Amino acid sequence: MTGGMMLLEILVAALLIIGAAFTLIGSYGLLKLDQPMKRLHAPTKASTLGVGSLLLASMIHAFASGDASLHELLVMAFLFVTAPISGNFIAKVHLHRQRGGKELPPPPEEKTWATYAEQ
Amino acid sequence: MSMRLTRKLLPHPLLSALLVLVWCLLINDLSLGTVVFGALLGIVIPMATRAFWPDRPKIGRPARLVSYLLMVIWDIMVANVQVAMIVLFKRNEDMAPNWVVIPLEIRTPEAIAMLAGTITLTPGTVSADLSADGHALLVHALDAPDPEAVRDDIKTRYERRLKEIFE
Amino acid sequence: MIDTALFIAIGALGLAQILAMIRLVIGPHTGDRILALDTMVINAIGLIILLGLYLGTQIYFESALIFAMLGFVSTVALARFVLRGDIIE
Repeated sequence: MTGGMMLLEILVAALLIIGAAFTLIGSYGLLKLDQPMKRLHAPTKASTLGVGSLLLASMIHAFASGDASLHELLVMAFLFVTAPISGNFIAKVHLHRQRGGKELPPPPEEKTWATYAEQ
Repeated sequence: MSMRLTRKLLPHPLLSALLVLVWCLLINDLSLGTVVFGALLGIVIPMATRAFWPDRPKIGRPARLVSYLLMVIWDIMVANVQVAMIVLFKRNEDMAPNWVVIPLEIRTPEAIAMLAGTITLTPGTVSADLSADGHALLVHALDAPDPEAVRDDIKTRYERRLKEIFE
Repeated sequence: MIDTALFIAIGALGLAQILAMIRLVIGPHTGDRILALDTMVINAIGLIILLGLYLGTQIYFESALIFAMLGFVSTVALARFVLRGDIIE
């Protein structure tokens, strides 16, 4: 085994451990945090980077073993584009539950936030 | 004349390029046949869905957009470590979750969407809502004893750059 | 070395899946359950990728992609159902 291959193997193994650790921390945060809005923070962030580095590991492994493939980039890009949207929708569900939004700070120029506007 | 024909054939050049790229990645191959079929899709799909995309977003400075994206990716990595540390080692009572209101100077929908996405992906903040007229953004911070600092940080770090790129 | 890392990663993701499932069961609100489901989908994508690495094939990539798309669409559909009481208006 050459030195370069060895280096790539170490990189893949490190990325796998980092990705798994972040994913685990995301789920642990989901269970540990005590308010609904706080819970939103842990999984949406930790999981995207977690799965991101797992995909990166898979990509580097494919390059090291000879058949180059880049299509993992698609899953990664898709996750990074959709994570904010689903996070925003879940935040809206939390806001919707506390109707009227009395705990929220009011917006500067007018009366209401968009979630409550049409009611 | 040729300008008009190009506009008709390629209403959204960036979307067409993206479609070709996605097709090649999906097939996981860069042979001539794949690229040609991808180009075919890149022409047909924007034409067929033209009615849903009436205007073309203007990107003033593409180079700035690339450097902005690189900065955001770096911030995401830093953010992940920070949030992981907070989740692992801070007790629930010690955290200071807070709502932050960010008055917006940018008005373009694309820029606001980019800003909201960036905020959700970076340090301990999630964008939750937009005010009814689109002039303020409601952001929840996981651990922010000082909401003003978070607001100023977002405004100077991200919003200023997005304003340069899109407006 | 990669094999050891792979086994640790699979174990960690399995544990993450169980933690998310506990949150799915105890709730307490609908929003929390939707979030738990979303997390479980993301963890499942990770597990599929690890399985592909372990078996040394590229076959599972498509299923990871489809999981990503279905997970996103179902999260949005669930959230929208809670918000509006209707999915397609």
